[in-house]
Amino acid sequence: MQNKVYHRIDQITGNVIVVKADGVINGELAQVDSAQGVSLAQVIRLENENVFLQVFAGGRGIGTDAKVKFLGRTMQIPFSENLLGRVFTGSGEPRDNGPEIKENMIDIGGPSVNPAKRIIPRNMVRTGIPMIDVFNTLVESQKLPIFSVAGEPYNELLAQIALQAEVDVIILGGMGLKHDDYLFFRDKLDESGALSRTVMFVHTASDPTVECLLVPDVALAVAEKYAQEDKRVLVLLTDMTNFADSMKEVAITMEQIPSNRGYPGDLYSQLAARYEKAVDFEGSGSITILAVTTMPGDDVTHPVPDNTGYITEGQFYLKNGRIEPFGSLSRLKQQVNDRTRDDHRVIMDTMIQLYANYKETLEKQSMGFRMSDWDSKLLKYGEQFEASMMDISMNTPLEEALDNGWKILADCFEPAETGIQSKYTDKFWPKQAGAPKADQVPEEQAEPEQEKNAKPKAESDKKKKAKPEQEENAKPKAGSDKKEKAKPEKKA
Amino acid sequence: MSENIGKIIGVNGNLLKVEFNTPVIQNEVAYACVGNGDLKLKAEVIRIRGNTAELQVFEDTVGLKIGDPVEFTGDLLSVELGPGLLTQVFDGLQNPLPRLAEECGFFLQRGKYLPALPRDTKWAYTPVANVGDTVTAGDTLGTIPEGMFDHCVMVPFGIRGKWTVESVVTAGEYTVEEVVAVLKDDKGNARECQIMQRWPIKMPIKAYAERLRPTESMASGLRTIDTFFPVAKGGTFCVPGPFGAGKTVLQQIMSRHAEVDIVIIAACGERAGEVVETLREFPELTDPRTGKSLMERTLIICNTSSMPVAAREASVYTGVTLAEYYRQMGLDVLLLADSTSRWAQALREMSGRLEEIPGEEAFPAYLESVIASFYERGGVVRLNNGETGSVTIGGTVSPAGGNFEEPVTQATLKVVGAFHGLSRARSDARRYPAIDPLDSWSKYPSVVELDKVAKARKMLRDGSEVGQMMKVVGEEGTSIDDFIQYMKSEYIDATYLQQNAFVETDAANSVERQKYVFDRLLKLVDTKMKFKDQGQARSFFQQLTQTCRDWNNSEFQSDEFNKIEEQMTKTLAEVSDYAE
Repeated sequence: MQNKVYHRIDQITGNVIVVKADGVINGELAQVDSAQGVSLAQVIRLENENVFLQVFAGGRGIGTDAKVKFLGRTMQIPFSENLLGRVFTGSGEPRDNGPEIKENMIDIGGPSVNPAKRIIPRNMVRTGIPMIDVFNTLVESQKLPIFSVAGEPYNELLAQIALQAEVDVIILGGMGLKHDDYLFFRDKLDESGALSRTVMFVHTASDPTVECLLVPDVALAVAEKYAQEDKRVLVLLTDMTNFADSMKEVAITMEQIPSNRGYPGDLYSQLAARYEKAVDFEGSGSITILAVTTMPGDDVTHPVPDNTGYITEGQFYLKNGRIEPFGSLSRLKQQVNDRTRDDHRVIMDTMIQLYANYKETLEKQSMGFRMSDWDSKLLKYGEQFEASMMDISMNTPLEEALDNGWKILADCFEPAETGIQSKYTDKFWPKQAGAPKADQVPEEQAEPEQEKNAKPKAESDKKKKAKPEQEENAKPKAGSDKKEKAKPEKKA
Repeated sequence: MSENIGKIIGVNGNLLKVEFNTPVIQNEVAYACVGNGDLKLKAEVIRIRGNTAELQVFEDTVGLKIGDPVEFTGDLLSVELGPGLLTQVFDGLQNPLPRLAEECGFFLQRGKYLPALPRDTKWAYTPVANVGDTVTAGDTLGTIPEGMFDHCVMVPFGIRGKWTVESVVTAGEYTVEEVVAVLKDDKGNARECQIMQRWPIKMPIKAYAERLRPTESMASGLRTIDTFFPVAKGGTFCVPGPFGAGKTVLQQIMSRHAEVDIVIIAACGERAGEVVETLREFPELTDPRTGKSLMERTLIICNTSSMPVAAREASVYTGVTLAEYYRQMGLDVLLLADSTSRWAQALREMSGRLEEIPGEEAFPAYLESVIASFYERGGVVRLNNGETGSVTIGGTVSPAGGNFEEPVTQATLKVVGAFHGLSRARSDARRYPAIDPLDSWSKYPSVVELDKVAKARKMLRDGSEVGQMMKVVGEEGTSIDDFIQYMKSEYIDATYLQQNAFVETDAANSVERQKYVFDRLLKLVDTKMKFKDQGQARSFFQQLTQTCRDWNNSEFQSDEFNKIEEQMTKTLAEVSDYAE
């Protein structure tokens, strides 16, 4: 029965072909041999003797006489240490020029974690980006989407996080990536030496749609294995909207009834099944998921971001090249930000509050209202905040970012004006800085030197002083130092 | 088990087509055997056409093939009812998750089912019914202490007519499967009663004398709800809101503070992390009313979003059936279902696979009647022994895009007695709980007098109108009277509607405190005030709001509470003096 070859194809619609065969298992893999070459295919539906197969390489070029050979196994992917530093396609073929890996095959899309075995997350993932570390802390086992509009630097942000995040293994799943973006990721990680702790599964926009569907499953199956080997894994997925669109394409080909804007009715369940793989295994490693979701037309009520928002534990909004402080939310930050440093929550609340006031003042200003003293203080504060906290290309440890926050506050306000309890201002308010009057500031700003990364309008000299210590080659080292320190904590 | 075996002729996602030769029952449970039969997947018959039955499988169907056998059991999808349910965590099919974890480790194993009630635990049983007594369905045969309750062992709910107790066991230790009484009807048929009984989850338990109108309010500790949009014991309510509006926190507060005997949480298709919080925190929290661990009155049904979809649909029914079971003991039960939208989506997925003609947004046409019959299972009943028991149902709804004009929200609104609409605007402004004070409604009586509530609501509405107007004409263009009105409504909002879930004294208020504070609040806003200009009014109300928040954070009728109240009266006197 096994390895019997069928060569009479009854139907070809899109990427789905139908053959008559018996003894076929639901989910089984098959090899389709056609004029176009050999491709894998997976059984997605059985109907009497008809077998529906989804062809990974797509239906194009398949003849009615193509040979179909069933392999008697379901979709699997190799797992070994040799994966690190490699790039694969969605179906697990090497995309770099390295050798094929065939050892230790594991199933993909495995069962869900028993909720009774889950634990309350308790470890922070340091990314070195103040807008994340200080204001919306990423927590191990968290799943967070980055909501963004096409054109925003979301892939740059992901790459930045991949370079800086204090984790053991990074798994990058690219879906519908532009080929340029794929090269960007590869080169960026390679340059900084981070490639050696990264596994990439990449589907580019020109590859067959079906492979796009496999990327998250493959990436997460590998992540799960690493996590069970006591590794802290960060899975970066970009872009989940392409994944959803591929699902839509397949569902429509299969003549499923669409529910909302053409997406299949199980969009929520499908997305949830992937995102819920984020987990912290008690006594072992963890999986944290950051996934880009582009919002067509900047519309958060679009089915993909909408369903995602119901699944994930918060979201980052990427707008105008910055992580928007108001819409963004990490639902798990409360679990960890009371144990970082005493002033973490105070800085987090106060700075956002004042930034909101700054936005109001900007609005007033644009309507031509007269600016009061308080308003000019806010304006000064807002500009400093944007320049030295909101830049997503920064790499600043949390503690330094908090100190930075105090410096900005001290530079702009009197302690009482910030509304911070005096027990914090007594302890953390920078001593020598005092509170310079507004008219003294321009002098400080006048320094002409400009660092490579600093935005031209950066006004905080503090930041500039801190910058040179962080040459690019110093980054990975700083990261690994931290890792050593962080490890025992976790065990305890 | 009967030898009723069918054969798979089609597999499409989790839908099976099965050919059968012997009779099958709609909604009966069947097991699909993978390969040589080591792995059996639970499924339910959902449609029968000719000699083909369509089954939804509660698991992933990978590995099944055409011709694989399917064993029909002849039983409808049922839950086990008996002592040992409380404090447990079940999945949607009543598998005990902690015990599954012990056996299978981190992951849920496909095809692994465990009995809901442990078979070897012995319970201290005391008979209540005597030989010769006449009993009907739902009457108590004996009791077993379970945590802080006396768990009643009852005559099976399914039997009809009057039966006579033929024999009973003596008090002692028994397992759930042991027979504790034998009944006989007038035709001489005997029936053995175990401690445990089964009940099909999609049928309401109707072993009671009559259904009553829900009138007694169920205090939840939330001021907005109890005062403005109350829920009655035996009532139903829904909480729709966009993501991030605080649905889950709201439900968590209710599950902690609601004045009921038992809380059943049905986490249906939502994040696993949220259930984990409940799971890990409840055992350590004490129930303020009994002084015992909160977990002792809690039961969790947990079918999170990554668990099989078909079991998600079953999970809300499992929850409500367990609720009805405890109601039969004369207890007040609160069922919180989070979220009913996920359940509706599960229906939609199945309906799509069955290729039914879709209704709005591809939801099946029977969506409304299914939702209605679910909420109708709530209610207050008078039991055969004259006691009353109630099931209160609260469901969250997660409307797509936060837009309430969608089928699930609309179908739910038609059948519930209270609507707590969460608004994005309020949650963005960090005004929690984000229950919209203008859009929400309730048909149940409030804990405070009706005219007072009406007055406060009018104030809020007027204030909001002024607020709208002010956006156009600016503060300068608003008359001082209108501005004061606006400040007053903002004051009610800030100090009464908003509640800080993370401050213990403020998170939940007793009815007594609510009445007292609400009276004070109304007196305050009734006071005529006069101010020089908007700025003065604003700073006065800012000051007052700050003081009142401190007041909310102090223990009711403590020294601090009284002191702050005095201070507020004084501050107020100053402005009204000014008015003379």
